[in-house]
Amino acid sequence: MNLQFSRRGLLALGAGAGGAVLLGACGDSGPNEKVTGGGQNAAPAPTEYTGPNVALAFWNGFTGGDGPFMKKLVDQFNTEHPTIKVSMNTYQWADYYQKTPAAVATGNGPDVGIMHVDHVATNAARGVILPLEDLSKALNFKAEDFSPPVWNAGVYNNTRYAIPLDVHPLGFFYNKTVMAKGGLDPEKPPTNNEEYLAALEQMKSKGIQGDWVTPFEFTGSMQFQSLLWQFGGQLFDDQASKALFAEDPGVQALTWMTDHVKNGWSPKNVAQDADIVALRNGKNAFNWNGIWTINTLKEDKNLEWGVAPLPQIGTQKAAWAGSHQFVQFKQKAKDDNKLTAGKVFINWISQHSIEWAKGGQVPARAEIRNSAEFKALPEQSAIGSQIDDLHFLPPKPGIADAMATVVTSINEAVLGRKEPAKALADGAAKANQILEQNAKKYGG
Amino acid sequence: MAADLAVREQAGTKQRAAGRPRRTGALTPYLYVLPYFAVFATFVLAPAVYGLWISLHDWDYLLPGKPFVGLDNYQALFDSSSAVFDFFWESMSATGIFTVLSVPLLLAVPLLIALMLNRSFPGRTFFRAVYFAPYVLGVAVIGVLWRFLLDPNLGLVNAILPGSAPWTTALPWAWISLVGVTVWWTLGFNAVIYLAGLQDIPRELYEAARIDGGGKWAEFRHVTLPGLRPVLLFVVVNTILLSANMFGQSYLITQGAPGTETRTAIMYIAQVGLRDYKMGSAAAMSYLLTVCLLIISAFVFRLFREKDA
Repeated sequence: MNLQFSRRGLLALGAGAGGAVLLGACGDSGPNEKVTGGGQNAAPAPTEYTGPNVALAFWNGFTGGDGPFMKKLVDQFNTEHPTIKVSMNTYQWADYYQKTPAAVATGNGPDVGIMHVDHVATNAARGVILPLEDLSKALNFKAEDFSPPVWNAGVYNNTRYAIPLDVHPLGFFYNKTVMAKGGLDPEKPPTNNEEYLAALEQMKSKGIQGDWVTPFEFTGSMQFQSLLWQFGGQLFDDQASKALFAEDPGVQALTWMTDHVKNGWSPKNVAQDADIVALRNGKNAFNWNGIWTINTLKEDKNLEWGVAPLPQIGTQKAAWAGSHQFVQFKQKAKDDNKLTAGKVFINWISQHSIEWAKGGQVPARAEIRNSAEFKALPEQSAIGSQIDDLHFLPPKPGIADAMATVVTSINEAVLGRKEPAKALADGAAKANQILEQNAKKYGG
Repeated sequence: MAADLAVREQAGTKQRAAGRPRRTGALTPYLYVLPYFAVFATFVLAPAVYGLWISLHDWDYLLPGKPFVGLDNYQALFDSSSAVFDFFWESMSATGIFTVLSVPLLLAVPLLIALMLNRSFPGRTFFRAVYFAPYVLGVAVIGVLWRFLLDPNLGLVNAILPGSAPWTTALPWAWISLVGVTVWWTLGFNAVIYLAGLQDIPRELYEAARIDGGGKWAEFRHVTLPGLRPVLLFVVVNTILLSANMFGQSYLITQGAPGTETRTAIMYIAQVGLRDYKMGSAAAMSYLLTVCLLIISAFVFRLFREKDA
């Protein structure tokens, strides 16, 4: 349970956050072509560190089961690099995102850190983090070395600010025992809408409400976003100037969810986490949940469960995902040695991210994702197979503020307080006002 | 004008002259107050004034430009077409509902408990500890605890009760839960204050009442309640302010659901200021909330003063 909570807390940070995307954004040309100023960070290309001894502060929010995996990697890095001493500090993500800007403003910021992809643009615009163009150029990183959507999500105003460490997509978790009790083949989870609804009806006939739909951000809004993209929709336009989630695909997506309650496939009033708790307790069969759930379910020794890519409910494949990305923080005084050492560290961890994958993540780096070692992790690689179907929010500062309205719309509709179309339209009207405010605040 | 000043000057000199032997004494009270005032000025007064300044700007402490917008942030709170209007007033009304529901209970229930715990019976100390115990827990602990217990589909409460209610996801149930949990959690504090007040009431008054033939009820009305008045003023004002500042319970137990209906003013202000980094707007909201609370507190003080008269 603890693990689950902290992993959720891990993502919970920017409440409205959720990672999402723009279909259109994938089509952008690679960020490497156009490089604007490197600013403070325009240091020489760093793959090796030869300077005097330096100490680096590395902050992150890995408070859950992932923390020890990162700690182990840091220790190994320190052993292999006698001149660099990295010390890791962990905070709750919510605190972390308030603490780091304040620390940077007072000149006490860490050297290296992790940010969720949807926080990168905001922190770049607010001058908290530094461009990393030179690192990606020095290492000759291309979009294909990662995956275009996740790679492009780290670019703000044509400048790269973040290097992806991992992606953590939504997956389709199922309880095999409950499926068998409901008269389903536990080895054949549904893969499309027809099979899905048939399975729900079949379980209902045996008195099982087999797919609890949660009205909360974790993971209801992530399920909604996945469905919206599957139906060909977008949350916002590319410029993040207009909310599009109340259009047809959004309404279809949310109606699909509310129909679960209407048709008795899900109980009413599912509370936070009750969906996954019910799956673990043998009351619920299906759950769309984050990859971080893998290690939680593994703790239940008697639980018979499996995980698959999300079923394709709409017209195309799509899945929500978050992504942890490396960033470097602005300092009062520039220190080339620390900047270089930081880049060596980022690159090294990225190269060793298979260890990180074992903590329940999909490595962002393609060579690691395609390695035999990653394929040997059955659950991670099942969810990781969705890599090319993932979407992220448009990298615009303050986008998470607007996402908060999506979360509210879903809550109102799934709890039966508003019809889906009305809930989404109300949310979109608010989101448009917030986007307008943000455009003014951050200068378009 | 000048003459006037001169007169005052003279008067001042005279006073000073007269007070000469006690000059050090005149300063003493201020010296005693000084340490507290220094802390108060640094951590309350200065930030409050600074906050007022912030509320007149589009303020993000990390952005280079902090444009002065005059009263725009305040105007937006009264303009029904602004981005913040609906959310802000919904959150203010949530705070209002919570305060109106919880304050009477938090005044009455602890008083009953204090009256019981003031009698002598075996195990009294134990029960005093029992009623106070929840108060020592942090809001995170009681929040997570009750979220589990009140879960509409899996929680213990619904499993024990004959019917089942959506305790955390629908109205009015969510308010019942939030108020109930808060009363359970904080009644110990008010009960202890009451208890201290009860013990300050001279025994003779009760004896006198009994000699005059007053019953239990008369004792309570004419001795206990008047005796508690000074304590009561503190308890009323303090409870109102604490209820109006409610944050953690909603944040953890209902997450503001359904929709944003149980999102309190403080929750919304925190979101706007600390998560959306619109600190000017958040500061304006805080000031409006402060003004409301000042008015209510002033009203309560007056009420008690009139009673005293």
